[in-house]
Amino acid sequence: MSTSGEPAALPATTAEWSPVLALASFVTQTWAVTAAEVQKLRHDPFELLTRAIQPVLWLMLFGEVMARVRGVAPGNIPYLDFLAAGILAQSALFVAIFYGISAIWERDLGVLQRYLVSPAPRGALVLGKALSAGVRGLSQALIVYVLALLLGVGIDLAPLNILGVAAAIVLGSGLFATLSLIIACIVKTRERFMGIGQVLTMPIFFASNAIYPLSLMPAWLNVISHVNPLTYEVDILRALMLTEGASDYGLPLDFGILAATAAVLVAVAARMYRRMSY
Amino acid sequence: MADTSANAQAQGPVVVVEVAALTRTFGDLTAVDHVTLTINRGEIFGLIGPNGAGKSTLIKMLTTLLPPTSGTASIAGYDIVTQPADVRRRIGYVPQLLSADGSLTGYENLLLSARLYGVPWRERKERIAGALRRMGLAEAAHHLVAHYSGGMIRRLEIAQSLLHRPEVLFLDEPTVGLDPGARETVWERVLDLRDRFHRTMIVTSHHMDEVEEFCDRIALIDRGRIVAVGTAAELKARVGPDATLDDVFINLVAPTSETESGENYVDVRRARRAARDHG
Repeated sequence: MSTSGEPAALPATTAEWSPVLALASFVTQTWAVTAAEVQKLRHDPFELLTRAIQPVLWLMLFGEVMARVRGVAPGNIPYLDFLAAGILAQSALFVAIFYGISAIWERDLGVLQRYLVSPAPRGALVLGKALSAGVRGLSQALIVYVLALLLGVGIDLAPLNILGVAAAIVLGSGLFATLSLIIACIVKTRERFMGIGQVLTMPIFFASNAIYPLSLMPAWLNVISHVNPLTYEVDILRALMLTEGASDYGLPLDFGILAATAAVLVAVAARMYRRMSY
Repeated sequence: MADTSANAQAQGPVVVVEVAALTRTFGDLTAVDHVTLTINRGEIFGLIGPNGAGKSTLIKMLTTLLPPTSGTASIAGYDIVTQPADVRRRIGYVPQLLSADGSLTGYENLLLSARLYGVPWRERKERIAGALRRMGLAEAAHHLVAHYSGGMIRRLEIAQSLLHRPEVLFLDEPTVGLDPGARETVWERVLDLRDRFHRTMIVTSHHMDEVEEFCDRIALIDRGRIVAVGTAAELKARVGPDATLDDVFINLVAPTSETESGENYVDVRRARRAARDHG
C-alpha cells in the first residue's frame, strides 16, 4: 500500500487505526462542527435576543388568558406553570426544526462542501449539528427560566433538576434538528423546505402535551400525541423544571424514547447527508 | 504506509491520480463520458473546456462528493468509491463556490479545518499560525471573513485545504473574480507548493494565459470527453505553427457545444454567484 511518498519536510498526518484513536477523532470532529456554531453565536448574539420574543409572547399573552379557563390545567399545578414547561420545549423545537434551512443555505453558499470533503465521518458532521441545536436550545431554556421566575412560576432550581432539564433540551433539540436535516437532504431548496417546515411544526406542537394535557384530546389525537417525541420531552421538563411537577410516563421511559429516536435519526441523517454534496 | 519513496523524483514519475473510464450521467445528459487520465506527483494539471463541459463534475467525483455512474479512479492508491475516507484524508479541495464561512474569523475557519482533518492538537496552533503567515493573513486572523476581500478569502480557502498537508490539491477556478494582483498571489502559492513540497495540483480555469503559463500539462474537456491532453506546446502544435491556447480551445471544441453542453440556469447561477462572492 505504499503509494505515498511524503517529502521528509512534510510528514503526513496519518496514524495507524485503533478504536481509541477513532473514537477520539470522532469526538474532535463532532466538536469541530458544534464549536463553529457556538463561535458564530458569540459573534452575533443578537439572534438569541430575537429568539426570546416568542416565548415571552406565549407566556404573557396566551398563558395569562388561558389561565382563566377552568379545567385546562391538570391536577394542582397553576396553568402558567404547566404552560412554562411546554413553551420551553416549544421554543427549543422551533429553533431546531429550521436547522435544515441553514444547512440548505450553507449548501447553496458552498460552505457545506468544506465539511463534506473532509474525512470526518458523516455521523460526526450530523451529530455536531444536532449538538449545536442543543446549545441553542439551552440558551432558550435560560430565557424561559428567567421569564418564568419573573412571572412567579414555581421553578425548581436544584442542580440535579437543572441538569436533567438540560439533558432533555439537548436530546429534544438534537432530535428535531436532525429530523430537519433529513428533510433538507430530501428537498434541497429553501422554498420547498419553508412549506414543509411550517406544516411539520404545527402538528408536532399541537399534537403534544405542550399547551394542554392529553386527557383533553379526542382519542385519535391522543394516540398521535403518544408517538410524538415532544410529548416525552415536555413530560421530563414538567417533572424536573417545576416544584409541583410530576412525570406521567416516568423519566427512564421519557429519556429512553428521546435517546433512541435521536440515535435512529442521526444514523439515518448520516446516511443521507452525502446527498447535500450534489 | 510509511515513507518509502523520499527520493521519488529520482525514480521517475510516480502516478498519483489514476482515472479509468470515469463516467457520470444525470438523466439523459452524460456530464463526464469515459474519462481516462493519469497525473504524476508534482504536476500542476490544468483542466480547460467550455462551461458545462464536465470539469466540475469530474472534480466532484475525484473529491468523493459525487458518486460516479461507472468507471473508477484512485488517488494516492485509494479508490474514490470504495475508500472515500482514505481519499479525503489525502486531498485538499478549493471549490468554485465560497467555502470559507463568513460568520467566523479566519482563525476559526482554520481551526475548524484542523479539527475536521484530525491535525494533532499539539500542532494545531503552530500550523494555523504558519498558514496565516504564509498566506499573508496574520493581521486579519481575528477578523470576520465576511469583511475579507475576494483575494483574502481565496487565500484563506487555500490555507484551509492545505492544513492537513494533502498529496493532491484540487482548485476549481481558483482565480475567478479576482483582480490581477490577487490572481498572481494565488498562482505564486500554487507554484511554491509544487516546487518546495512536490504537491500535485489539479486546476480548472477559463484564463488560457494563466493555464499556459503555470500548468505542466493540460487536458481539454468538451461535452464530458477529453479531446486533447499534453503540454501547452503539444496542444498548440496540434492546431498550427503559430497557434495560441485560445486557438486550440476554439478549434478543438465543437462549435455547438455551448448550446448542447447541458449548461443550464443552475450552472449560470452558480458561476455568477461565485464571481459575485469572490469579487
